[in-house]
Amino acid sequence: MGIIEAKNLVFEYIRRDEEGNVEGITRAIDDVNLDIRQGDFVAVLGHNGSGKSTLAKHINAIHYPTEGTVWVDGKDTSDDVNLWEIRQEAGMVFQNPDNQIIGQVVEEDVGFGPENLGVPTAEIWQRVEESLKAVGMYEFRKHSPNKLSGGQKQRVSIAGVIAMHPKCIVLDEPTAMLDPNGRKEVIRAVRALNDVERITIILITHYMEEIIHADKVFVMDKGKIAMEGTPREIFSQVEKLKELRLDVPQVTLLAHELRKSGLDIPEGILSCEELAAALGLSKGKNKRERLNKNSAEKKEKCL
Amino acid sequence: MSIILDHVSYIYEAGTAMEFAALKDINLVIPDGQFIGLIGHTGSGKSTLVQHLNGLLAPTGGSIYYNGADIHDSDYNKKELRSKVGLVFQYPEHQLFEIDVFSDVCFGPKNLGLNKKETELRAYAALKQVGLEDEYFYQSPFDLSGGQKRRVAIAGVLAMKPEVLILDEPTAGLDPKGRDEILDQIAKLRRETGITVILVSHSMEDVAKYVDRIIVMNRGQVLFDNEPGEVFRHYKELEQVGLAAPQVTYIMHELKQRGLDVDTDITTIAEAKNEILKALKK
Repeated sequence: MGIIEAKNLVFEYIRRDEEGNVEGITRAIDDVNLDIRQGDFVAVLGHNGSGKSTLAKHINAIHYPTEGTVWVDGKDTSDDVNLWEIRQEAGMVFQNPDNQIIGQVVEEDVGFGPENLGVPTAEIWQRVEESLKAVGMYEFRKHSPNKLSGGQKQRVSIAGVIAMHPKCIVLDEPTAMLDPNGRKEVIRAVRALNDVERITIILITHYMEEIIHADKVFVMDKGKIAMEGTPREIFSQVEKLKELRLDVPQVTLLAHELRKSGLDIPEGILSCEELAAALGLSKGKNKRERLNKNSAEKKEKCL
Repeated sequence: MSIILDHVSYIYEAGTAMEFAALKDINLVIPDGQFIGLIGHTGSGKSTLVQHLNGLLAPTGGSIYYNGADIHDSDYNKKELRSKVGLVFQYPEHQLFEIDVFSDVCFGPKNLGLNKKETELRAYAALKQVGLEDEYFYQSPFDLSGGQKRRVAIAGVLAMKPEVLILDEPTAGLDPKGRDEILDQIAKLRRETGITVILVSHSMEDVAKYVDRIIVMNRGQVLFDNEPGEVFRHYKELEQVGLAAPQVTYIMHELKQRGLDVDTDITTIAEAKNEILKALKK
């Protein structure tokens, strides 16, 4: 059993009209089975209304299953005895940074979670320091969150979750409201947490470029898991993704279009490097010199 | 006929310790019928700028002219200006409030003092312009999907028959298809009616695909103002101010570096495909 497991998960809610009369029942999650291993980076895609966020809210017991079971680290989420442990082990980060920050000072905000867990004061400060360093926001610890950029605020929100020492973090469209730099900052921080701290990541997003490094991708549609696989397997199916109202990274789409025009290029190209190689363009000498100069920087931009 | 910004500056909380210059000496001419992309990192002054265009904020220095008239003249009709320059805020669906979709869209024209018939005709036309099917007209706006709600909110502004439509991140939080649908509708609307559109966006790919002119804001000033190919040529400077070029532009640079003879000013997938095929044939 992995860190998160769902078995025959069904979630239904009752729709009511203005007088409170029952209008019908909507099945938002329809028989979902999942098994996520500790330390994995998992991406969840799906159009608006496909059930992604409803699924995510089952992972830290904001929603309980109507049928079936969800276990977080072996604990059944529908058993109230486990509630506090599950909320501490599975943290959530939401879309709008302004709705998640409550402290007047960055470090106070990050300390809020562990304080509520009853962590001793000295350890709270230690956790605040570690968490802010992990997301690259330590130098802002004395700042007011109101004056930060969107990407910085989101990283503070993430630090607030890390300070609770979770095993897993669910991020529900954390970059939807951010500018390109903010998006990069947040994704970089999340990937570092996964690589270095081995925290399990579940990332829900509409930006396809953000998930090409994921270990596994789930695509949701009508409350069911419509596709699952590695990013390459998923992004090889351009037409199917479009039917599900989704998209692929620009480089993948360009390669797909070139392939349709008769070029001999495989499906599921995920980076500029791969596209160039598929077109038979090798790295020249100039290229190598240039790469040495700013290889790290370049790599990130040309994912 | 156009909007002219003449040495416009705006200082928040002037004379206090919180004083902050959000706009510094902005000079712009926005002619009729252009599709403009306004980009810049968070806090660069984009939103402050667009709120000047319909008189929600008054400049602390300089003047703004709409069709030749200074909009801050004492006898200028600001109410009419706001019907002519329609502003769709971020997450406009949060402003829906009526019991059904149709009544919500009627709210604007009704407040212009139009009669019932004219109001309803306009609401109907606006809902058609955003591509909403008749079956949703008498549903509660709160029962619609995210993309549909947003279209209703945009229709509410279109029903005022604006000559200029400003959209502040109209696609934030929508799925890729919903994003394309909304932007395609807006592009179509502009082709059919000749309305001026100003699109504030954080998506370089969207901006590259739709607009014919990009204005880049940085620290309250205009950093670049040109067509997309020209602006994204400065991708290094854009990165320094928190922006980027579309991924496809980076791809073209990479291919060029590796010896494929392609134009690096390309900003859309369709252009890139043709350019690569052409270069490979050489």
